[in-house]
Amino acid sequence: MAAHAGGESLLRTVRPRRGEQAIVLTLKACGAISILTTVGIVAMLFAEAAPFFRQIDPRTFFLGTTWQPFGSDPNNFGVLPLINGTMLVTLVAMVVAVPLGLGAAMYLSDYASQRVRAVLKPTLEVLAGIPTIVLGLFALTFVTPVLRAVFGTDVQIFNAASAGIVMGIMIIPTIASVAEDSMTAVPSGLRESAYGLGSTRRQVVLKVVFPAALSGIVAAVLLGFGRAIGETMIVAIAAGNLPTITANPFSQIQTMTAYIVQAVGGETPRGTLSYQSIFAVGALLFLLTFTLNVAAQRFVRRFREVY
Amino acid sequence: MEQTAAARMRPATASQQTGPRAETSQPRSSAAPAQVVFDVKDLSVSYGSHVALGGVDMQIHKGEITALIGPSGCGKSTYLRCFNRMNDLIPSARVQGSMTYHGEDLYARGVDPVVVRQRIGMVFQKPNPFPKSIYDNIAFGPKVNGMKVDLDEVVETSLRRAALWDEVRSKLSASAYGLSGGQQQRLCIARAIAVNPDVILMDEPCSSLDPIATARIEDLMRELQESYTIVIVTHNMQQAARVSDRTAFFTTEVGGETDDLRSGRLVEYDYTENIFKNPGDSRTEDYVTGRFG
Repeated sequence: MAAHAGGESLLRTVRPRRGEQAIVLTLKACGAISILTTVGIVAMLFAEAAPFFRQIDPRTFFLGTTWQPFGSDPNNFGVLPLINGTMLVTLVAMVVAVPLGLGAAMYLSDYASQRVRAVLKPTLEVLAGIPTIVLGLFALTFVTPVLRAVFGTDVQIFNAASAGIVMGIMIIPTIASVAEDSMTAVPSGLRESAYGLGSTRRQVVLKVVFPAALSGIVAAVLLGFGRAIGETMIVAIAAGNLPTITANPFSQIQTMTAYIVQAVGGETPRGTLSYQSIFAVGALLFLLTFTLNVAAQRFVRRFREVY
Repeated sequence: MEQTAAARMRPATASQQTGPRAETSQPRSSAAPAQVVFDVKDLSVSYGSHVALGGVDMQIHKGEITALIGPSGCGKSTYLRCFNRMNDLIPSARVQGSMTYHGEDLYARGVDPVVVRQRIGMVFQKPNPFPKSIYDNIAFGPKVNGMKVDLDEVVETSLRRAALWDEVRSKLSASAYGLSGGQQQRLCIARAIAVNPDVILMDEPCSSLDPIATARIEDLMRELQESYTIVIVTHNMQQAARVSDRTAFFTTEVGGETDDLRSGRLVEYDYTENIFKNPGDSRTEDYVTGRFG
């Protein structure tokens, strides 16, 4: 073919680049493995939980108020005490984490100077890196004694409050970091126009930045909520193993996660109802955290769309 | 206070520009000399070690529209932000020299910038309504300032004055983000009016608008001029020529030893007609005739 003004013809210049193909395949495999693993875990969870529901009426499971899975009475597989335990600890955790986390986010986004921010933000994120077993020990050996010193011996050795407080500290970085991202993403033009109308900094933060970032803030809280529900080590160590329906944070309880730890750690024979109940509780836990994460992502997406 | 300000009245020209053209004719027949709202003396602004704007002397007169023009980076926006102490929000910014507002030092120790901004409102380059309803956008200022007013009434009058009422009266509770760019900018003007300011600063208010929306804003400025003193930064020289009473031309100068750092300077300040038809400085002439900038 005759060379034209641009030099040699461009046709047939496409050649496969072997090295590149190999890389693409490897990366695809990496992606596929992580997706397949997730799908596999979920499938296993539900497959193992299915036999449980063949023997136990779902109504008994979801509405029953007694959880004695190591006996043989099928009426004693009511999950409400575990849900109650999980929610009680989570509630305490949120009471601690939401105000502190959002306060930290507001401080970092609108009050802290550049220099303070550069130090504080990484420090806050280090908090997220503390192993939860350490936090659990901290709850049991420090927070519980403090609670007992303050509120007396009504506070049981294992109790929901202590685990909840420490869990709250654990999720502060999650809430603060996601909320701060969404508050920083609020266009500076909105801040300026609020200042231009004679707003004080407090008014700018509370009446403009906070509402504008609200969906991101909701997402932050939901993410923290999801982490608190799924948290295991702190509750297994500090909250006890007594499935109870109670609103008293100072009493011993058992969460869903702590039950799974107890049942797996004990000698629960494979194939028994107790063994299958682990997966039923696991599946329920998965559904709860999954729903929360999806909801959180929805909110995050919404705040991205606004500007 | 007002009398001292009036006594200090000088010819409208900037101090640099003394000499043959100091005695300018006054094309717009102003019966009495206008009252001075801002008196600026040797004002400079620096960010860290960089002087963004140096040595400005200027008087802004009540009830007039003053346009600030000049090439990019000449410091005109920086200068505008001195009038309501917006530069306070930038940690590295430092303002030196003196700027008085009705005879009072704007930068004195006891002056609260929050109160300054209640009296001296601002409209920004990009229309930036809050992600709230149209009503709440207007009501925001009166609420944060704790004004004891009938909010419904303030919303209506502000929107009327901003020539937006007829377009939005039926959808006050709709989001302000549903409005067009030009409507949003008029909403921002209405929002600024709602706190009943004395001065309105406008930082290139039409730069993101089409010519029709621009024309509406310009008409609006002419109407607002009866109640407010307006200072406007604009890139658009025709706009300055159309709407303003006086025009200040700024340019950049390469500063001293570190020649990367350019610094803004006021070249000439005069009645708009003089600036455009009979400028006293060749740099002004080059700029307004389009030979430079």
